[in-house]
Amino acid sequence: MSVDEIKIGGMGASRRRVEDNRFIRGKGKYVDDVVLPGMLHMEILRADVAHARIKSIDTSAAWEVPGVRLVLTGETMAARNLAWMPTLSYDTQAVLATDKVRFQGQEVAAVIADDPYIAKDACAKIVVEYESLPVIVNPDQAAAPGAALIRDDKENQPTNKIFDWEIGDKAGTDRAFEEADVISTIDLHYPRSHPSPLEPCGSIADYDRATGKLTVYMTTQAPHIIRAAVAMVAELPEHQIRIISPDLGGGFGNKVPVYPGYVISILASILTERPVKWIEDKTGNLISTGFGRDVYLQGQMALRKDGKILGMRMHTISDHGAFFSDAQPTKFKIGLMHSTFACYDVPAAHLTSTGYYTNKAPGGVAYRCSFRVTEAMFFQERMMHAAANDLGMDQAEFRRVNLVKDDMFPYRTAFGFLTDSGQYDKCMQVGMEAIGYATFKEEQEEARKRGRLLGIGISTMTEPLGAGNSREYDILGIKMFDSAELRVHMSGKAILRTGAKTQGQGHETTWAQIVAHELGIPADDIVVEEGDTDTAPFGMGTYASRSTPVAGAAVAMAARKVRAKARKIAAHLLEVSEEDIEWELGRFYVRGNHDRGVTIQDCALAAYSNMPDGMEPGLENVSYYDPPNLTWPFAAYFCKVEVDPATGVWDVLNFVAVDDCGVRINPMIVEGQVMGGLTEAYAMANMQYITFDEAGNCIGSNYMDYLLPTAWETPGFELHEVVTPCPHHPIGAKGVGECATVAGPAAFVNAVMNAIEHTGVRNIDMPLQPNRVFEALQTGQDVSGMPPVRVE
Amino acid sequence: MTSLYNEVAADPGADVPTRRVSISVNGEKRTVDVEPRLLLAHLLRQGLGLTGTHTGCDTTNCGACTVLFDGRPIKSCTMLAVQADGHEVETVEGLASASELHPIQEGFKECHGLQCGYCTPGMMMATKALLEKNPDPTEDEVRWALSGNLCRCTGYQNIVKSVLWAAEKMRGDEGEEA
Ligand code: FES
Ligand code: FES
Repeated sequence: MSVDEIKIGGMGASRRRVEDNRFIRGKGKYVDDVVLPGMLHMEILRADVAHARIKSIDTSAAWEVPGVRLVLTGETMAARNLAWMPTLSYDTQAVLATDKVRFQGQEVAAVIADDPYIAKDACAKIVVEYESLPVIVNPDQAAAPGAALIRDDKENQPTNKIFDWEIGDKAGTDRAFEEADVISTIDLHYPRSHPSPLEPCGSIADYDRATGKLTVYMTTQAPHIIRAAVAMVAELPEHQIRIISPDLGGGFGNKVPVYPGYVISILASILTERPVKWIEDKTGNLISTGFGRDVYLQGQMALRKDGKILGMRMHTISDHGAFFSDAQPTKFKIGLMHSTFACYDVPAAHLTSTGYYTNKAPGGVAYRCSFRVTEAMFFQERMMHAAANDLGMDQAEFRRVNLVKDDMFPYRTAFGFLTDSGQYDKCMQVGMEAIGYATFKEEQEEARKRGRLLGIGISTMTEPLGAGNSREYDILGIKMFDSAELRVHMSGKAILRTGAKTQGQGHETTWAQIVAHELGIPADDIVVEEGDTDTAPFGMGTYASRSTPVAGAAVAMAARKVRAKARKIAAHLLEVSEEDIEWELGRFYVRGNHDRGVTIQDCALAAYSNMPDGMEPGLENVSYYDPPNLTWPFAAYFCKVEVDPATGVWDVLNFVAVDDCGVRINPMIVEGQVMGGLTEAYAMANMQYITFDEAGNCIGSNYMDYLLPTAWETPGFELHEVVTPCPHHPIGAKGVGECATVAGPAAFVNAVMNAIEHTGVRNIDMPLQPNRVFEALQTGQDVSGMPPVRVE
Repeated sequence: MTSLYNEVAADPGADVPTRRVSISVNGEKRTVDVEPRLLLAHLLRQGLGLTGTHTGCDTTNCGACTVLFDGRPIKSCTMLAVQADGHEVETVEGLASASELHPIQEGFKECHGLQCGYCTPGMMMATKALLEKNPDPTEDEVRWALSGNLCRCTGYQNIVKSVLWAAEKMRGDEGEEA
């Protein structure tokens, strides 16, 4: 008599998405769709140069434009102590420039007017006089003796270096290298990329002087963190701040930081006493908001002849732009880079990192990745590829020798992470079978004889998702837990709120499925709300694939606590003691008498109408969940390509993705996440990058220059699953949103390299554009660093 | 409501020339005074409150603003409202009737052809134009027809599936009617 879990849209059901009902009708509500009475519009004037002292700003002509209500500059902000704000990495960032501009696209002034066209007109009338300074566009230049000092605003900042950081066992690693038969090395660049959600950033600030309440609609993945930040920056009381993150047109990490535009719109609303809307244009988004990557990765691996890895060293040099605003846990200066090689049994490892300021946009956000895990895993799989070649070993075989075996869990990695579950070799087998690995070498040989270049690339990884346990993970000191609030109404319908914030992941659908799984209430009877800090319990937001691992766990725990109370009510209704009550999905019954039972809906009604003596009425719970560990999904990707030797163009012939993300709440949504992630991986491997010319001009400042793949070039993907439940997550789930973006790029690159490395080429840095592949084929040489800038 | 075409005209201080245009939007005749420089996308969104049409770029690349203009898909961010005078415009809000979804809308939901939903209205309008011309497209034809529309979330595979699902349903529906 228990309810059928799939029928009620519980776990494992590919339930069609609830949020789609509004999106397919054009009824989504994104920030730019919100219109408030009396609303004004703001436009930002950005620096057109990358490094220059501001000599003067003349705003008089802007004030003259009819319809202009306010013009703000750094000076106005400074008068209110708002010219600078703290970043998520304990640095400071200019809101509106006062002394100098430090990257092209930096915010210099803002105009608030009756409509956005007028605001744009008036911005164009502001005259800024600059005195140019030498421009620094890469870490080499930043580190050069006598380099111009970018952050002369800071005390104790004599150079452009932000940090030196290290982790691991140096002595032990040195010993491993002394014992090695073979030492393999690699030198890579992971180019700067931009998450570029289709919807740009924006906000509508609405300050009500009568009540003192500030309401801000904002494109943010982490509304509660923003509330705390606004309280800090604007010195407003936290209870008087309400952040509403409505529907988001994608995020991918881009919508985690606090941006100057948000802060300026808030001050503008306070000053004008009207709602002020700021919607960034696409160029503003691409040239000023959080980028990802931009890091040089150097590695060495110590190997025994038989293929066993003895140790590895890694050094990273990262380019953070003009302000250190990486969104990452406080303790780890280069994110979770030290998660590299977590799926391999590596006895000794050592990582050193150096970070620099440059005259480029700040960011260092986790672009669809868990704090630089993308770089860590790209490095790992390119290093594995090089090492297998240096040993003369088969790529798959070399990985299988070194992958952590199923019986080694829990496994402590050389850098101290504790991985807890997985079936790595099984995933390898599934993938090898599907791609036809066994016969490929023959096929490749045959093809080569006929002048065709085929290659297979492998990429495997486990990544740390779901930061995190509060011992180790915090942002600005706030521990990285999450929350859920579940209220069951008397008719057995329910509302669920969490501190996470969906951006397309489908929380409105999947969270209800978790409740359905725990309580047997049909998913359609549960409404899910997120993104309003006045109603949602405190949470750290959605990024780093942490929602299912942390907020999803909180949902399950809240539902379990509700069930525990319902059990007491059931005992009362059935007139037996609680110990004699059994549970099956959706229903309590008397042990030994299956027919005598009450449904969860009966209990809900009783919670409001017939509760036992002394019991607090109502049926609801708020749960905060602090995960005991990260979750460790595994991916094994196999990519088969053909490279055209005449043009350097490469085509994906087949792509097999085997993902083990533990128990899948909604398989349809999981597959959607994997396909989306693989597409971004393909994009980064192939075409999607941002670079700068010597003057610091951003190349890639719009969709003409910043190439995103369309339906035409994006390949198809073949998906497979293996399920190893997470041992500590209440429903056995692991994070998945980013696995494909993280593990994907190396599969594409390794495949192209496998097709052409018989010519002696060891590496082509991303993006693997046809001209770069062609150049490598022609010269037999590596192609490194950023693509040369086009000269018009 | 703050709307570009209202406020400019209503502000006596601003001597902005406007032009009267009549556009059939989703079958309904709308007559408005607009600044000649006003983009069609902005008229639809701010002026007429049809916020289902989105804007995702400044360079006519993303297709989030795709609407049908006399039945052809166009990027409404790259057309002036005055150019639409006397023409027919159809937006995502015109797809479904009060009680029934269009098969294209059903297809996108059924095949998980959307995640954040930002590209979806544009994708669906481009799909409508394709299926009206070609009721039985191949996968390649679908991919080509949608190559002016960017999606950052789905990886397109499910969008293609959605379109093929809708095509099949629409062919079936027509078969029934005949
Ligand atoms: S808004 Fe991008 S094409 Fe129109
Ligand atoms: S669903 Fe998000 S951009 Fe397409």
